[in-house]
Amino acid sequence: MKRFSELISAIEITNKTNAKIEALVQYFTHAADKDKLWLIALFTGKRPPRPVKSSLMKQWCAELTELPEWLFLESYSTVGDLGETIALLLPQPTHHIEKSLDAWMQELIQLKSKTESEKKAYVLNAWSGLNVQERLLFNKLIGGSFRIGVSKKTLVNALAKLTNMDANQLMHSIIGNWDINSITFDELLLGTHINYDNSKPYPFCLAYALEKELNQLGDVNDWQVEYKWDGIRGQIVKRNGELFIWSRGEELVTQQFPELVEVFETWQYNFVIDGEIIAIKDSSVLLFNDLQKRLNRKNISKKLLEEVPVGFYAYDILEFENKDIREKSLVERRKKLSLIFKQNTAKNIQLSETVAVTNWNALHEIRENSRSVNSEGLMLKQKHSPYHTGRKKGDWWKWKVDPLTIDAVMIYAQKGSGRRSSKYTDYTFAVKKDDGLVTVAKAYSGLTDAEITEISRWVNKNAIEKFGPVRTVKAELVFEIAFEGIALSNRHKSGVALRFPRIKRWRKDKTINDIDTIESVKDLIYANSNNNEL
Amino acid sequence: MIKFTKKGIYCIPGKFYLDPWLPVEYAIISHGHADHARWGMKHYLCHTHTKNILKHRISDDILVETLGYNEPKTINGVRVSFHPAGHIIGSAQIRLEHKGKVVVFTGDYKVKDDYITTPFESVKCHEFITESTFGLPIYKWLPEKVLQQQLHDWILQNKANNRTSVLFGYSLGKAQRIMKLVEGLDEILVHNAIYHSNNAIESSGIVLPKTTRLDGYFNKADVQNKIIIMPPGLLGSKMLTRVPNAATAICSGWMQVRGNRRWRGVDAGFAVSDHADWDGLLQAVKESEAEKVYVTHGSQATFTKYLNKIGIKAQEVITEYGDNELEAAEAKKEAIT
Repeated sequence: MKRFSELISAIEITNKTNAKIEALVQYFTHAADKDKLWLIALFTGKRPPRPVKSSLMKQWCAELTELPEWLFLESYSTVGDLGETIALLLPQPTHHIEKSLDAWMQELIQLKSKTESEKKAYVLNAWSGLNVQERLLFNKLIGGSFRIGVSKKTLVNALAKLTNMDANQLMHSIIGNWDINSITFDELLLGTHINYDNSKPYPFCLAYALEKELNQLGDVNDWQVEYKWDGIRGQIVKRNGELFIWSRGEELVTQQFPELVEVFETWQYNFVIDGEIIAIKDSSVLLFNDLQKRLNRKNISKKLLEEVPVGFYAYDILEFENKDIREKSLVERRKKLSLIFKQNTAKNIQLSETVAVTNWNALHEIRENSRSVNSEGLMLKQKHSPYHTGRKKGDWWKWKVDPLTIDAVMIYAQKGSGRRSSKYTDYTFAVKKDDGLVTVAKAYSGLTDAEITEISRWVNKNAIEKFGPVRTVKAELVFEIAFEGIALSNRHKSGVALRFPRIKRWRKDKTINDIDTIESVKDLIYANSNNNEL
Repeated sequence: MIKFTKKGIYCIPGKFYLDPWLPVEYAIISHGHADHARWGMKHYLCHTHTKNILKHRISDDILVETLGYNEPKTINGVRVSFHPAGHIIGSAQIRLEHKGKVVVFTGDYKVKDDYITTPFESVKCHEFITESTFGLPIYKWLPEKVLQQQLHDWILQNKANNRTSVLFGYSLGKAQRIMKLVEGLDEILVHNAIYHSNNAIESSGIVLPKTTRLDGYFNKADVQNKIIIMPPGLLGSKMLTRVPNAATAICSGWMQVRGNRRWRGVDAGFAVSDHADWDGLLQAVKESEAEKVYVTHGSQATFTKYLNKIGIKAQEVITEYGDNELEAAEAKKEAIT
């Protein structure tokens, strides 16, 4: 495990993607075949089921260290990671065990069916034979996320650098069905278990934010206008009876959206379609926050499938009946796309509607009202343009609505996870209601590291609680909160729900006397929306 | 005998303060760090080895009296003496005795020997005022030999990869500790702020590991593959970007936790601390045999609660020690000089 431990140390300490890739390349150059395969399995969600429950590990750690539970929890909330907390709390090792990653994994697979006392004996022996870093890794091998910022894409980029192979093909290879005991590292990379010809995606065409006046774009009739939907871009690849869904980050996400697969599989024609994966329920688009609940999950429960159903709005077509048609004009491609939708229908899969306009001026109002359909603005696409590779200026423009903003005061702060586990990075904000305050949003992005450090220091000094992960703080720091939409909601105590709230800036110039009231927040609803319920 | 006031810890019969944070008539100082030794006191009393540090940090014209370790002095009927705290050179626990009652104020301390600071000596007392910077059981320091090995391995690996090792630590205390840990491996270059701290320490007759002052306009070739020590304020500075192939590391107890190591964007983090770890705090409290423990800066809520649970009467005290803002301000000042 020494090499694996060195790899993780090298990866976790840096936030530079290139350094991570370099460390992975080093590992793939020197590690044993099976260890390499395990590394890929661990970072692509192909790990074996957890052999020991985390509650048992916690209990055994408490027994060994004789620490009271509250102190264990206090340590946990400082560290922010259970596996790491246990690794730090355990007594010094008494001996040293060195085994390959493969040996550890094989043993852990065996462990699954053992009795509780056998499991305990095994885990305790391992703990007493590993140093702090190795113990942490051992705990992570049992279960839990490594939280070191290695995505499938990072892994694939390292493999591509190692082999000079096509990254998308490697992505399909490692995501595809393979079994660690019946494949070699080389076979896996060469993709002997997959047919890449069937999954191969195209690079996405990306739009720039509109940077000129509308009338500078020329004749309005040369432009196709659509709503800009706030989901994740996806490419549906259907060839020779196989179906794949690629995300814009060039990850294969097919398994995450069973309801899309189920429908597309039955559709007529072979095609590659570009569109937006969105959460959609009873024919209206849900918040991106809702869609987020569906992303990056290994298993999707039936409950979640019902709660957040996923749909697809098709924008464009890149390949039709195995023929690349990206060079054809948008108008022609749109005809092909319409043909597919004429032959096939599904409630949750729709052709993205175009907005009919006869003059540029009319567009302003449509854009301003785009919030009323839970869209985040408009897309303008040159009708004669090809489907470009990557980001190209001139033919595709995005024209988003300006975010709404309010001033709110911070009332709770919570520590982040991973790199941010030492700082208070997640805040809850409130506005005035009668004589008191009411929570309106939780947000965590938008501040610089220096600001987060300053706020963390302030939280430490001004926290009302002394224990636990969440700190109630003096209502004093005021922030400008930006968000994409707002609606009445009876699920929230404040009576309103904000869409994609984030911190725009820290208003050091303002005090709690300057923040918004719940009435002034609600006024935004009537000014911006047609529907009152989310 | 003791009162916790807005200005600091006050000895009623002695009419003096211990490490006050506002200007007073007579201040007894545990050690030279900025959050314990502040400006504006009419009289300072500190350990012999702290005197020149105070003058260097505060001002040359302050009035400073000194005592060695275990050398008592009576002030208004209170017997005052200093005892090694093992925190940094010149650091002392302050023992006060009045009418048979003994109070000990630790300032900052560590119980393990670092081979450069006079090692901690436990002092029995009735009331023990302890710090609690690392008062959680996740903080357990590695033995000095192991830390030394880790640092050596890291530096040698850097050298092998044609990289310059840059270690970050406060100019007073941590820097000298690092110098001792890496002594003999290669030429050690120190930032100006550390160079001045070293001078202040050496002017009391202490011998430190040999170092070279890092000139602000250094030649890249002169520093390549060597060891550089800088104050943390220089992280992300222009000066750092001029170091060829720098491999950076922070030396601090906070580096024990992965999230902290990753937050700072350095290449490595070593949990090298001049404060007592969890076991060290417990050891010091137990060996003091105090009837009552007052817990100051750090994890005071947790440590106090734990002491009470194991049957040691303890109470939290709010002080202005361990103030990161002061350290940050100091670091900024160092970054400029």
